[in-house]
Amino acid sequence: MGFNKVVQNAEEAIKDIQDGAVIMLGGFGLCGIPENCINALVKQGTKDLTCISNNAGVDDFGIGLMLKTKQVKKMVSSYVGENAEFERQLLSGELEVELIPQGTLATRCLAAAYGMPAIFTPAGVGTEVAEGKEVRNFNGKDYLMEMAFEADFSIVKAWKGDSAGNIIFNKTARNFNEVMAKAGKITIVEVEELVPLGELDPNAIHVPGIYVHRIFQGTDYEKRIEQRTVSQ
Amino acid sequence: MGLNRDQIAKRIARELKDGMYVNLGIGVPTLVANNVPDDIEIVLQSENGMLGIGPFPTEEEVDADLINAGKQTVTLRQGGSYFDSALSFGMIRAGKVDLTVLGAMEVSDQGDIANWKVPGKMVKGMGGAMDLVASAKNIIVAMMHTDKEGNSKLLKQCSLPITGLKCVKRVVTDLGFFEITENGFLLKEYAPGVTIEDIKAKTEGRLEIAADVKEMEF
Repeated sequence: MGFNKVVQNAEEAIKDIQDGAVIMLGGFGLCGIPENCINALVKQGTKDLTCISNNAGVDDFGIGLMLKTKQVKKMVSSYVGENAEFERQLLSGELEVELIPQGTLATRCLAAAYGMPAIFTPAGVGTEVAEGKEVRNFNGKDYLMEMAFEADFSIVKAWKGDSAGNIIFNKTARNFNEVMAKAGKITIVEVEELVPLGELDPNAIHVPGIYVHRIFQGTDYEKRIEQRTVSQ
Repeated sequence: MGLNRDQIAKRIARELKDGMYVNLGIGVPTLVANNVPDDIEIVLQSENGMLGIGPFPTEEEVDADLINAGKQTVTLRQGGSYFDSALSFGMIRAGKVDLTVLGAMEVSDQGDIANWKVPGKMVKGMGGAMDLVASAKNIIVAMMHTDKEGNSKLLKQCSLPITGLKCVKRVVTDLGFFEITENGFLLKEYAPGVTIEDIKAKTEGRLEIAADVKEMEF
């Protein structure tokens, strides 16, 4: 009743994601990825997914797990990086991949979040990325028209959240999670800490609950580090 | 012969000015951070959402939620801040970042850059590079002058898929420091132990030698 958006767990949160759905997944590299929901999607076996996510995890963690099980039809990403399985599926043509500039990716989410149909960006002018896109000149500089994303679900990971769906991110785990949380038709949030209503400082909330549809307390976070660099 | 990776970074660091907001790419550009002159202060922007990248953490400080764009664990300097990816590229697009340093596979004598894909062989993705080169006022490229077979990477036209057009202002290679002008690459400094003839032989793009050309000092 009312504004209680809490669901039991990841399985419940993602159970109505159908084969062929378009989903956004937050995170940068492995930082701030929705680990619980990804694992639940692997378990559920949902197929033919279009995944909008900056990266595709690594071979044995994050979205890499869904690539291995061939659940992903298409990736929309900015960086393949060091994910060998992703690069292999891309080069062999098994996986459809749309590589787009990282800022374009973020801003197409932003457009969806702000109710704007399209944005203009100079990124990609004169490159493969510009093929088939409208170019507009403003004040002597060329810009590409890029459309707002239309995703069925946004799946993000936050640090703290409450039952009304207000959420706060931690440090650089904020990355794509904030903007994607605002961009989905249905937004699913897993949090490290689900706190009682009233405990979050309203001044500090990164995404107000109006954007969030389901929230749950995540478990067993691995929070894997890709490049563990330390000073002596 | 020629500069090593650290020397390339050291030379680029001399282009830093006090008060600059700087974005450093992955690889050699990251090393620039270790060579900031003592008498200036800069703030490093990381496109995954932070201003004020600090040194690597100690073992105790390591935090999976605090990484740079190269996915390395880092710390935050006093006065630093976190923000989301959309704002990060917003500040880049709005020209708030004063200097961008990035690596390249090829650069043309008009300042075009290619650094994200070798068709059929390797696809890294453009990451934030296309956004950075399209909006930065000031771009320095750090790269090797030739590939493993000795072919020039400073070209008349890039042969690989383009990342951005007419955007690179300066290039530091293992052989020298170049500005890009209407007339192509302008050699301003050559690396110790390298001759101007070597550089001419290894540069396919248009090359001019500055009137005041000199050996790079270390």
